[in-house]
Amino acid sequence: MNAVANYNFAYLDEQTKRMIRRAILKAVAIPGYQVPFSSREMPMPYGWGTGGVQVTASIIGPDDVLKVIDQGADDTTNAVSIRAFFAKVAQVATTTHTAEATIIQTRHRIPERKLEAGQILVYQVPIPEPLRFLEPRETETRKMHALEEYGLMHVKLYEDIARHGRIATTYAYPVKVEGRYVMDPSPTPKFDNPKMHRSEALQLFGAGREHRIYAVPPHTDVVSLDFEDHPFEIQHFEQPCALCGAEGVYLDEVILDDRGGHMYVCSDTDHCEERRDAGFVGVLGMQEAAE
Amino acid sequence: MLSHDFGAGFADPVRDAQAVFRAILDALANPGTPQNLPAIDTEMGRLGSITLTLTDHDTAIWLSPALDTEAVRGFVGFHTGASIVADPAKATFAFVARGDALPDFARCNLGTQEYPDRSTTIVAEMSALSGGPTLVLRGPGIRDTHEISPMGLPGDFVAQWRENRELFPRGVDLLLVAEGRVIGLPRSTRIVEA
Repeated sequence: MNAVANYNFAYLDEQTKRMIRRAILKAVAIPGYQVPFSSREMPMPYGWGTGGVQVTASIIGPDDVLKVIDQGADDTTNAVSIRAFFAKVAQVATTTHTAEATIIQTRHRIPERKLEAGQILVYQVPIPEPLRFLEPRETETRKMHALEEYGLMHVKLYEDIARHGRIATTYAYPVKVEGRYVMDPSPTPKFDNPKMHRSEALQLFGAGREHRIYAVPPHTDVVSLDFEDHPFEIQHFEQPCALCGAEGVYLDEVILDDRGGHMYVCSDTDHCEERRDAGFVGVLGMQEAAE
Repeated sequence: MLSHDFGAGFADPVRDAQAVFRAILDALANPGTPQNLPAIDTEMGRLGSITLTLTDHDTAIWLSPALDTEAVRGFVGFHTGASIVADPAKATFAFVARGDALPDFARCNLGTQEYPDRSTTIVAEMSALSGGPTLVLRGPGIRDTHEISPMGLPGDFVAQWRENRELFPRGVDLLLVAEGRVIGLPRSTRIVEA
């Protein structure tokens, strides 16, 4: 007889899954609205994606293929451990390839490859309330959402312009969903905001510590807030990826030595690997090949 | 005599509930596109698989007259523990048998402006998912427009739904079930007659 008790499929008990599933359905029906849910303690610290993990655990089935990214990378601690967690407690197949995944859990980035219908992107969210740093009281922010009173957010963006000459927010850049709710897209770089707009994939957001779930269904308007004379802009990079030569992608700076040497490489490791496999070579990638 | 036969539930509660949930999730995320429900028939027909997937002691259920039988009450009580209420305004889920009238949306729980998620979801069995009057859907989850023609909706459905849509973010959500498939109509969907 096996003396060790097994976890339920996907770790969570069925009653918890039902509660989270009901919250997810309401979130999908009211795009951008933060549905309260009774977040559980997970076998990882708050801030390590407990919200995303609970959402993934509630939707995942034995036929799913899971990809997990931390920033754009498949191979960092958070991504590796969450992938291993679901491989263990749900026995699901995992992948690093965006195209093969049915569920992609992400800590803040959206893959460079365009997501397809049927894929689900699950975001790990630290602070779901976009108005929280402007108004600390939950009773007040709830009323502001109820009354669609978002003037304060525009004042904040205007103060950016008054102080810096431009909107200085570069991540967690507020968006308006389907012309109604102002939503925090999670601390994803604003570079990724346009990918949320009318995406083919279903996007689910889980905030474990803050007990909130929200969603953006496919083909839904997600518009970054801006002003007519200060339109929303994404980051631009002056050089291509040093390894694969990709342009128009989000790049990470990597320090190479203690004399100021550095390079810029794709934040999306899968995208970079696929390009290099296909024969694309960047400036430093060539040197590596020649060595 | 006290009956102990409440009808079978899921054969594999974990896998079956997950499969049914994903069908419902896909249905609400892609309004109007029918999703296959796993072939699990219960005391409540195919509706029962949705009951088993989404309800428990935290939810209140309203049953349409044809469903409000000892057999169904026993099935719900034994398998889910959900309480059964007579007033749809108190229900988390309202289940409607084929041929029964849908509760007026305005009589259901519509949620509040602060908590629009605290509303009723209506799960209704239709005669068929096609063959009825053509309705044109627009909104989140739909690329441009999508047409459906379920048979069995009330005559004033489009007018009732227009009022429901105007309440957004308040309002009811609708799941239509027939022929082993489910169509989702979240409150965000705009519906007009073709």
